[in-house]
Amino acid sequence: MISIQQNKCDLCGKCIEVCPFGAMEIVDGRIEINAACRVCSICLKNCPNKAILLTDGIRQKADRNKWKGILVYVEHFEGQIHPVTLELIGKAKELASKINHPVNCIFIGHNITERAKELLEYGLDKVYIYDHEEFAYYREDIYTNAFEHCIKKSKPSMVLVGATSVGRSLAPRAAVRFRTGLTADCTVLEVKENSDLVQIRPAFGGNIMAQIVTEHSRPQFATVRYKVMEKAQKDIELIELSKNKWQDKLEICSLPKNKMKSQLEVLNIITKQKEVSISESEVIIAGGRGLKDQKDLAMLEELASLLGGQTAVSRPLVEAGWAPYTKQIGLSGRTVRPRLIITCGISGAVQFTSCMNTSQCIIAINKDKNAPIFNTAHYGIVGDLYEIIPQLCEKIRKGRIVDAI
Amino acid sequence: MNIIVCIKQVPGTNKVEVDENTGVLKREGVDSKMNPYDLYAIETALWIKNKLGGTVSALTMGPLQAEAVIHEAYMLGVDEGYLISDRKFAGADVLATAYTLFMGVKSIGDFDLIICGKQTTDGDTGQVGPALAEYLDIPHVIWVKRIEEVNETNIVIEQDMTESSAVVKLPCPCLITVDKDIMEPRLPSYRKKLETKNKEVNILLFEDFADQNESNYGLSGSATKVERIFPPESNTEKIIIEGSGEQLAAQVYDILAAEKAI
Repeated sequence: MISIQQNKCDLCGKCIEVCPFGAMEIVDGRIEINAACRVCSICLKNCPNKAILLTDGIRQKADRNKWKGILVYVEHFEGQIHPVTLELIGKAKELASKINHPVNCIFIGHNITERAKELLEYGLDKVYIYDHEEFAYYREDIYTNAFEHCIKKSKPSMVLVGATSVGRSLAPRAAVRFRTGLTADCTVLEVKENSDLVQIRPAFGGNIMAQIVTEHSRPQFATVRYKVMEKAQKDIELIELSKNKWQDKLEICSLPKNKMKSQLEVLNIITKQKEVSISESEVIIAGGRGLKDQKDLAMLEELASLLGGQTAVSRPLVEAGWAPYTKQIGLSGRTVRPRLIITCGISGAVQFTSCMNTSQCIIAINKDKNAPIFNTAHYGIVGDLYEIIPQLCEKIRKGRIVDAI
Repeated sequence: MNIIVCIKQVPGTNKVEVDENTGVLKREGVDSKMNPYDLYAIETALWIKNKLGGTVSALTMGPLQAEAVIHEAYMLGVDEGYLISDRKFAGADVLATAYTLFMGVKSIGDFDLIICGKQTTDGDTGQVGPALAEYLDIPHVIWVKRIEEVNETNIVIEQDMTESSAVVKLPCPCLITVDKDIMEPRLPSYRKKLETKNKEVNILLFEDFADQNESNYGLSGSATKVERIFPPESNTEKIIIEGSGEQLAAQVYDILAAEKAI
């Protein structure tokens, strides 16, 4: 908690000025801190009289040495492994090599044991398998029980989970069960020598990144979205060398009967019509508030079809009802990592850029020279999209005709 | 059926930026609004109340100014509003926030259903709902896009699973988080606004809670710690091009050709 040593305070008001949350106020001739405080400590750093103190409560510290390894949750649908899993394994291996920890997976489902062998090709130390018909479909209660069982058994230092519809439901439940920290939608993960996971994500709903650690508790839970990390590569040599040892790396686990009783009943699974999600598209033309009318999206559609890609939008257009949220790039939408993205009339708040900034080639078109999107783009085009896009489409069409001749 | 809806006041804009030199957050106006996803949660609760009767309570946590979102909830037709507000709760992460809400729910009393929005637009994590369900030891389902059936003992919902959706039956009491597809939120009613203008908001303080151990709340009850905040990295190898529309179209064409996109 932040507190003020009133005897050192000369009411200069600096803290009131710098507080981003309006939490400091003068009440009865002294500075008081109200419930808006988010303990960002900015007042602390800016107080000229060092009158502000941060008092941390006493939290029982977990023994870091007792928790070792990185556990990756295997996301799947009826045994079909979701590619986010391979991205998490890639990141886990990189982190683990720095602190010499093992990388393990937890795989919960039905008829999945054969599938687990595929994972070993990526160079894992162990796969914990919970294979039972009760696990055929995700049900948060018994899946959390299996997760808890595996964590108690393997004592991992970190747990990585995909920020999917399952991961977002399962990770918070499991993290609370261990009364430990969970950081959602990390965009960067690094590790300190002492095995503390350095988690970076956009924060405070603003154009700000926060670096977050879980110092005193273990395991350290983090979720990462699909398409944020690099996919793990198969280790060909290792596959040949260790094929006969694979059985040792698969550990079949089971839960006591009372932990297998679910309160949820899955009555039906409705498979959606397969449409290519924007996350899967190699070329994206994204429109934002710079568009004046919903019908102008057709202009972007045209460019997208000429380049063999899809259109996407930023949040304001979804809120205006111009596009479905399945088309939205951003923290409240999807993360994308295409070969090429052209943003048109998007200013580039961090909620947007953090979900597309790993794209291979970023071209940004915006009228405002100072738009933050130009800090993310590889090519910043300062100009009017209404002039550029139609002429560009025209050139591409003409270029094709020339090629054809 | 007694329903509790968890709502949150969020910044009206995302124009909070960091000054690169001083590391200080720049505040541009402090206008705030109800988290847009919460409107769907409230609508769902009112829809169920209309079917089955009972009460709808709104629960929020934040500074005293957050009373505004409770009043907004009253205008929509919510029966009771509770604001958890105490400095001791400041700096809470998912773990401590969910715990504080858990204590809040305990002091409100019996409930059959808790409804949360899918996520907030400031934190965007969507984790507090499931975390609260874990503390309450009740089942939960996230990303609910349709309610198929609801009665005093069970609820059958359709849940968005991105590539598929699942129809799930769960017993009450339980917690659901609802997606935008679920139903169209009503607009605040002027009549309700007049009726509830002076309606009180129940304030819940630390001393109202069953657990009087301060270290379970706020910063000390949090497992995560923000080590530093900083502006997003900018790309140092950027190329900025200016010119007429025609020139720019030609330039973009050349870039696309160089990138082998055409």
